Amino acid sequence: MKLSRSAAAAPRATLPSLRGRVTDWSRTAPSAPVFKALLVVFALAWLVVSLDGGSFLTVDNVVNMLQRSVALGLVAVGQTLVILAGSLDLSVAYLISLSSLVGASTMEDGGLVVGVAAALGVGVLVGLANGLVITKLKVNAFIATLGMALILKGVIDFYWDGPAGAVTEGFESFGYTRFGPVPASVLLLAVVVGLAWLLLHGTRFGSSLYSVGGSEEVSKLSGVRTDRVKIAAHILCSVAAALTGLFLASRLGSGTPLVGTDGGYDLESIAAVVLGGTALAGGRGGVIGTLGGVLLLAVLDNAFNQLEVDSFLKDVVRGAIIIAAVALYARRSRQAGELTS
Amino acid sequence: MSAYAAFDGPVAGTSRERLLNALKSSAPIFLVLFGLLTWIAIIQPSFLEPQVFLAYLKRSAPLAILAAGQYFVIVAAGFDLSVGSLVTVTVVVAARLIEGDPAKTWPVVALLLALGATVGLVNGLITTRLHVPSFITTLGMLLILEGAVFLWTDGAPQGALSEEFRTVGREGIEGFPVLETLPYSVILFVAVGVAGVLAMRSNFGRKLLAVGDNDRAAALSGVPVQRMRTIAFVLSGLSAAVAGILLGGFAGVSAQVGQGLEFEAITAVVLGGVALGGGRGSIAAAIAGALALEALFTLLNLQGVSGALEDAVQGSIIIAAVAYAAYRTRGTR
Repeated sequence: MKLSRSAAAAPRATLPSLRGRVTDWSRTAPSAPVFKALLVVFALAWLVVSLDGGSFLTVDNVVNMLQRSVALGLVAVGQTLVILAGSLDLSVAYLISLSSLVGASTMEDGGLVVGVAAALGVGVLVGLANGLVITKLKVNAFIATLGMALILKGVIDFYWDGPAGAVTEGFESFGYTRFGPVPASVLLLAVVVGLAWLLLHGTRFGSSLYSVGGSEEVSKLSGVRTDRVKIAAHILCSVAAALTGLFLASRLGSGTPLVGTDGGYDLESIAAVVLGGTALAGGRGGVIGTLGGVLLLAVLDNAFNQLEVDSFLKDVVRGAIIIAAVALYARRSRQAGELTS
Repeated sequence: MSAYAAFDGPVAGTSRERLLNALKSSAPIFLVLFGLLTWIAIIQPSFLEPQVFLAYLKRSAPLAILAAGQYFVIVAAGFDLSVGSLVTVTVVVAARLIEGDPAKTWPVVALLLALGATVGLVNGLITTRLHVPSFITTLGMLLILEGAVFLWTDGAPQGALSEEFRTVGREGIEGFPVLETLPYSVILFVAVGVAGVLAMRSNFGRKLLAVGDNDRAAALSGVPVQRMRTIAFVLSGLSAAVAGILLGGFAGVSAQVGQGLEFEAITAVVLGGVALGGGRGSIAAAIAGALALEALFTLLNLQGVSGALEDAVQGSIIIAAVAYAAYRTRGTR
C-alpha cells in the first residue's frame, strides 16, 4: 500500500531517474519476489542451521541442495510451459513412474539408446494425447490430465508390481558423475532451463505460447495456430516428465512404480511454478522464476532435514508458504494495476 | 415435470415431442446414470431389490454430499482441493477426541461441523480477500490440514470412534415399510440434495450463478461477490465434514480415508455437466454425476475388471464423457 501511494504521488516522467534499473527490475519482473524470498529464506536457514550446529553454507551441502532440485526442476520446467499456455498437467507424476519403468526395462535388454528413446517416446505420446484431447475434444485440461493420470496408473499397476528393469552401468553413473564439485545432473537441469528460456524468449513459438496463455481468442484472431501451440507445449511438458523419470531411474538403478507419486511431482511442480511468479491463468511468468521456486523448496527441505523437523510440520509450513507467496504476488499485481490505471 | 411441460405447450406439439424436448434440455448425465443402473440391473437383477439398491445409495452418499458441496464452489468459478484431506481430518480428529466414549459423540460431531465450516471460511477469505487463486489456496490448505492432523496424532490415527458416532454412517431407521431399514446416510443425502436444489432456486442460487458466470457484471449489479464465494467454500467445507462423519461410520478410522476424494468429487461434478470456470450446470446433475461414478465402480466390479484396469477404464470414461459434453454444448452455440 505504502509503495503504491508514494509512487502515485511522484510525477510519472521522473520515475526512471529516481529509481535505478535494479529496483525497476525488482518491481516489474514477475520472478523478482521469488529470488528475494530465496535470499531471505537462504539467509534464515543458514543462520538457524548454523546455530543448531549443522553445516549449511558448505560446498557439499549446497551441491546436495542443487542435486535434490534436479528432479523437481525438470518436471517444473515442463509444467511452466503448459501453465504459460493456459493449461496444466496433473498426469506428470504417473508419467514419471511409467517412463522410469519403461526406460529401465527396455534398457536392460536393448541398451542405453533404446531405453532413453523408449522413455522419451512414451513422453511424446502421452503429451500428444493430452494436447489432442484438450484442444480437439475441448476437454478441460484439469479433467483431461486427471483422466490421463488414472489411465497411466492403470497401465503401471497392470504391468508392474514392483521395481523393474536395470539401467546400464554408464547410465547409472550419470546420476553420480561430477565435474569438479558440480554434479552432471545439475548441469542437465541448467541446460534444460537454458533451452526452455531460449525457446520462450528467442523463438516465435515462445511468443505464441505467451499470447495463447494471455488470450486464446485474441491469438486465434491474430493468426496464431493456438491448437498446435498448446499441443506442442503438452508434448514438451511430458518429455520433461519422462526425462525426470529417466533421471530418477539412473539414481535408483531401476524403474519403480511409485517414484513419481511418492515425490508428489504433480502438485509440487505446479506449486513451484506458481511460487516462481507464473500466473496459474497463463500468459505471465517464466522458467527462471520456476527455477527460483524449485530452489526455494529445496532450501526449505534441506533446512528442515538438518533441523530434523517433523515431516508433518514440513507440510504445514510448505502449505502456508505457498499460500502466502501467491497472496503476495496477487497484492503486487494489483498494485501494478493501480499504477498503470 | 408436468408443470414445465405445460409451460412449453405452445412451442412443443405432441406429448412425444415434449418428452423428447425435456430429455434434450436436461443434462445427459441423467441418461448416463439411467443407462448404467439398467446395465447393472441386467447383469445382476437383485440390484433392484430395495435393500441392495439402498446399499448402493448408502455407498454413494459421502461422494454425493461432497459433490454437492464442490458444486457450489465450482459453479462460483473455483476449485476446492482440500475436501479429501478435510475428510481425513474429520475422521482422525473424531477418533482422537472421542476415544470410544459415547458421551463425547455429539459435542464432537458439533465440533467437526464447526471445523469444516471454519476451514471453508478460511479458504474463502484467502481466495477472496487475498486474491489467491482457489486452486492454490486449497492446495496449500490440503498440505496444512494433512500435516497438522498427523503432527497432532504423531503420524498415525489414534483413539477410537464410539458406536454412536458410527451409527450415522452404518445404521438406519429399522422397521421401515417395504425397505426394512432406511439408512440414515441416505436420509442425509436426500436432505442435502433437496436443500441444495432449493438453495439454487432461491435468490442465493441466482446470485451464485451470476458470480460464476461473470463476477464483474455480478458486482456491478450489486451482488456481494466476495461474500457469495466465501459462502460457497463454507458449504463445501461443511459437506466434507458431513462426508467424513459418514465415512468414519462405515469405513472406520484410517489415514487414507479421504485420499483422492477431492478429485472424485470434482470429477462427479464435471460429469454432471457443470462447467469448470463457473456459471453453468445444476446441483441435481452434479449429484447424479456422483451416483453415476459410484454406479460405474459397481459395474466395473461386477464385470470383474481388475483393480489396475479399473483406473484406466475410469480415466477413459471421464475424458470421453467430458468430451461428449463439450461436443454437445458446441452444437447448441
